[in-house]
Amino acid sequence: MADDAVAEQERMRTFQAAALPHLDDVYTLARYLMRNTQDAEDAVQECYLRALRHFDSYRGPAMKPWLLAILRNVCNAEFARRSKEEVPTDYTQEESLAEEMPMWQEPQASPEKMIVRRQDTATIRRLVAELPEPFREAIVLREMNNLSYQEIAQVAGVPVGTVMSRLARGRAMLRAAWNAAENATTRSGPAVASGTAP
Amino acid sequence: MKCDELEVMLHALIDGELDAGHARDVETHVADCGGCSEKLAAFRTMHDIMSSTPLKEIAPAHLRNRIEALLAVPAGRVVSMRQFLQPTRRSFFGGLAMGSALSGALAASLVFTVMRGDQEQAIAEEVVSAHIRSLQAGHLMDVETSDRHTVKPWFNGRVDVAPPVIDLTAESFTLLGGRLDYVDSEPVAAIVYQRRKHVINLFVAQHLGTKHSRPNAKTIQGYNCRHWMQDGLDLWAVSDIVGDELDEFVQKISGSLRQPSSAT
Repeated sequence: MADDAVAEQERMRTFQAAALPHLDDVYTLARYLMRNTQDAEDAVQECYLRALRHFDSYRGPAMKPWLLAILRNVCNAEFARRSKEEVPTDYTQEESLAEEMPMWQEPQASPEKMIVRRQDTATIRRLVAELPEPFREAIVLREMNNLSYQEIAQVAGVPVGTVMSRLARGRAMLRAAWNAAENATTRSGPAVASGTAP
Repeated sequence: MKCDELEVMLHALIDGELDAGHARDVETHVADCGGCSEKLAAFRTMHDIMSSTPLKEIAPAHLRNRIEALLAVPAGRVVSMRQFLQPTRRSFFGGLAMGSALSGALAASLVFTVMRGDQEQAIAEEVVSAHIRSLQAGHLMDVETSDRHTVKPWFNGRVDVAPPVIDLTAESFTLLGGRLDYVDSEPVAAIVYQRRKHVINLFVAQHLGTKHSRPNAKTIQGYNCRHWMQDGLDLWAVSDIVGDELDEFVQKISGSLRQPSSAT
């Protein structure tokens, strides 16, 4: 019994050391997948519990993509469970504004549209949060979680080629929304781009 | 290479995912193609802005505490996911009712072991042993925080009581955290306080009935020990602090228990 307890403590310590450093990454992906804080926190907790249960059979890949893959499954299971319910989001409180903004437009040919100007953190987060899946997920895994294409493919369970096309499409959408936000800001002043920081 | 086909490659180039051969191909095309060159610049700028903006979220402290507390338990206790998830959305004030409803059978056996009069001395010795054990390096706390709102829900699903976690900082008893301990092979809650350099363990188990008793004082192996019953709980305070001060501690805990608003 005492030996078991010691072994258990040891296992727990190993898991802690391996998994805890990625908490911010896991939480970040959870925020963008679940789109509200409370659901994200529950998903993160569930993710760590599942990871702990399966830790004995963990043989790789790297810990971060492994955790993110578990988190993704947790979130998808949750979405499946309440497939018909509307998921509340606190990312996009300015719904009306968001609706006016085109999600996706063909890249414009005019030179001024090609210039990407700096946006503040809150605006960028909102723009990413408004991307449709699976493009949002690909962008978050690449730009915020800093995963390689190979790792994104593992997390999302798709071939690398699919990851590449999702990123290309996702970034094109993001840039279009980015330019639209830029124009909206210039038209109606800075108030538009503020206030939705998560 | 056509521009349409190349778009995907532009991103791979930005992300550093191309081998030298493909990177050269893309760069050669971009050098001769104004449209692709502009696209590359725009996407690269966007990527650079995103990289230099702190977009990654920071997990809030209460979530971090929750996860850390979760990982501090022996996995044998990670039996029911629900038990762990409940505290997240449930009012902490509901803890007492929930804790006692969780496992009647276990609770009953606890009462039996802890409350038998003839076992009093044996239990007291066990409690003191648990106290001494806790003083060994790294054994004192499973959940380490001075925030009673973190300590209290941590016990949900781990023991069959909602132990009183009371902030006595004003009385210079500092709350250090909580721990799952075993007395007579049963899980009990241990709340850890400190006064000066002295550690005080408050062990809490459940017993049925509403019998109240005056604190029973003992000294075992040089440790002061107080045992009393209150509000359906069995409470043991153990410390190497002088008897008067331990009495004061017991008084404060007992007093707070009588005022539910400050005890939850």
